[in-house]
Amino acid sequence: MDNTKRYERLLERYRNGDLDRRSFLGLIGAAGVAYGLQTPFARMARAQEVTQVRFDGWGGVVSEAFRRYAFDPYTAATGIDVVDGTFAGGDEYLAQVRSSREGEYNIAHLSGVFDYARYVNFGLDVELNVDNIPNMALVMDALTNAYRGITPDHLSAVPYNYGTTGLAYNRAHISDEEMREKGASILIDPAYEGRIGGWSDWRTRMWYAALQTRQSPNDIQDMEAAWDAIRTHRDLALKYWGSGAELMSLLAEEEIYVTEGWSGRIAALQEQGHDIGYYDPPNGFGWQECLFVIKGSPVEACEELLNFMLAPETSIAVAEGQNYPPALDGTRVDLGEKIPTLPAYDPTGTLEALTFADPAYWNGNEAEWSETFSRVQRGF
Amino acid sequence: MSVEARERRQPWILLSPALGAVALLLLVPLIFIVVYSFWLRAAVGPDTPGFHLDNWQRALTDPFYRYILLNTLKIAAITTVFCALLGYPAAYFITRSRGNKLILLLLLMLPFWISYIIRTMSWINILGSSGAVNTLLLSMGVISDPIRMLYNEATVILGLVHFLLPFMVLNIYVSLDGIDTNLEDAATSLGATRWQAFLQVTLPLSLPGLAAGGLLCFVLGAGTYITPLILGGPRDAMFANLVFEAIITQLNWPMGSALSLLLLLVLGALVAIYNRFLGMSQLTKGLG
Repeated sequence: MDNTKRYERLLERYRNGDLDRRSFLGLIGAAGVAYGLQTPFARMARAQEVTQVRFDGWGGVVSEAFRRYAFDPYTAATGIDVVDGTFAGGDEYLAQVRSSREGEYNIAHLSGVFDYARYVNFGLDVELNVDNIPNMALVMDALTNAYRGITPDHLSAVPYNYGTTGLAYNRAHISDEEMREKGASILIDPAYEGRIGGWSDWRTRMWYAALQTRQSPNDIQDMEAAWDAIRTHRDLALKYWGSGAELMSLLAEEEIYVTEGWSGRIAALQEQGHDIGYYDPPNGFGWQECLFVIKGSPVEACEELLNFMLAPETSIAVAEGQNYPPALDGTRVDLGEKIPTLPAYDPTGTLEALTFADPAYWNGNEAEWSETFSRVQRGF
Repeated sequence: MSVEARERRQPWILLSPALGAVALLLLVPLIFIVVYSFWLRAAVGPDTPGFHLDNWQRALTDPFYRYILLNTLKIAAITTVFCALLGYPAAYFITRSRGNKLILLLLLMLPFWISYIIRTMSWINILGSSGAVNTLLLSMGVISDPIRMLYNEATVILGLVHFLLPFMVLNIYVSLDGIDTNLEDAATSLGATRWQAFLQVTLPLSLPGLAAGGLLCFVLGAGTYITPLILGGPRDAMFANLVFEAIITQLNWPMGSALSLLLLLVLGALVAIYNRFLGMSQLTKGLG
């Protein structure tokens, strides 16, 4: 007998006068308490039965494309629902995952190799069976190798897209020639005091400080010079932005004339008709995003979903929506007309033109640099 | 069980759901934070449990945290003063208005129907380079280039005043509304001018409301982090921003816990001082 039937019989007894109101309400309440108490444990008992997978990403057009091209076909094929959530930032999301129960979060659209390493360090990784993800064969090896450098014997994620954090500038005030001549140093040029912006992210600040002091971002030797460059930028900047929307607003409203920016967001501004230039300086900041499977997830169900998400029609639709090239190798897959025109797109499939952060170097310095940046930002 | 014993237990039984909720939602998380503040952040992997005073030592002795804490208290104090200066006349006007008091109170509550973040962001459209003020001044020919008004400490204070002013007005209003208007009339009939009657009768009697509003504005202002994030420049930060950064950006939960408890202790001490001299009853009146 199911719970609905039990409730109906109880209600009938109450209506017939066999049960007084107090007892009826008491029994309903007791049933509620019993259900509330047993549910967390029932979840364990039914652990083998996968009924849903949770995906968390950046929302917006990306979620819509995933829903249409991956989640709905996946549910139709497997009967497993995909619950999609969104997050505002990777750091905030990691804090949520760390404080959650295992299995509560399943797949996340994470930033770069940093997050992959951080999740692995916190023991949040799983071992994917790549044979269950046939579309992995279409992905650029250069992207996958970055993850294999962290977990040589297994993968806990599949690469999904990539982009750059280059220099975005208002062409009404800064010419293309000036930008190419000054490069990253334009962000510490006193001529643009009060019209300079910057991402409030310690990694980006340090990366560009390395470029401004003519050092390799993956091997900074003169740290004092780098911190001084960050201080100079801080003193000249009007605003540190914290989100893509804020970046776009600051540039579109002409509050700032130059900043670093995410290639996809700048492409979106250009699509809207704003005369914003984009330039990747030598050693500009390349990054990639992945679909990470979090510990405690139903791995096989996730693998199948990842395969749907990596399918060319899904990857291309997502890439066109967010203006970041997909992880698919352009030499193996026809990526259509728009993607080859996107900033940062690499037609060779090798990504040799982009500089990616060395996760061991950057994550090794994370604790010290993130805290020092917090101080430097406030004038210390 | 005797009748007396039952009567003694009855209030506790009735209070138990509320006490349970407070314990579960306030005390237990607070205990977690206290415990966390004594742990240590590990370079890699989970934090190191134990009883270490390192976080507390740094929070209490590091000049950086002291500077930001003092700056936070300064911004909260300036905000409170502005709220008092702007809020008192508004509350006085509402109290003395005849007939449309309810409409005015409703208007006062209207901003609460809009998200605090949206309200804060609205200043960007007002004070930005292509915002309402600059557009107006440019079209009138008063200025030839937009004036830079955003992203500094002044706009942070402006945003906080915008957010907190209704709390101040409501508290002062409650206090003023309880004052017998005949007292002012009596003072004037004894030779005082309207201004003297206000200064020597109404103002002193309304001070508890002003103090309650001041305390609320100060505590809420000192605990905010959204306003400096949206309206502040690179250097502008309040103490809650450091807590946010420690926990979310640096993933240093133990240090973030110690910092949040430090802020709680400082603000708690202020509330305790207020309670010692003025009592908490005025606060509940204002909130009611």
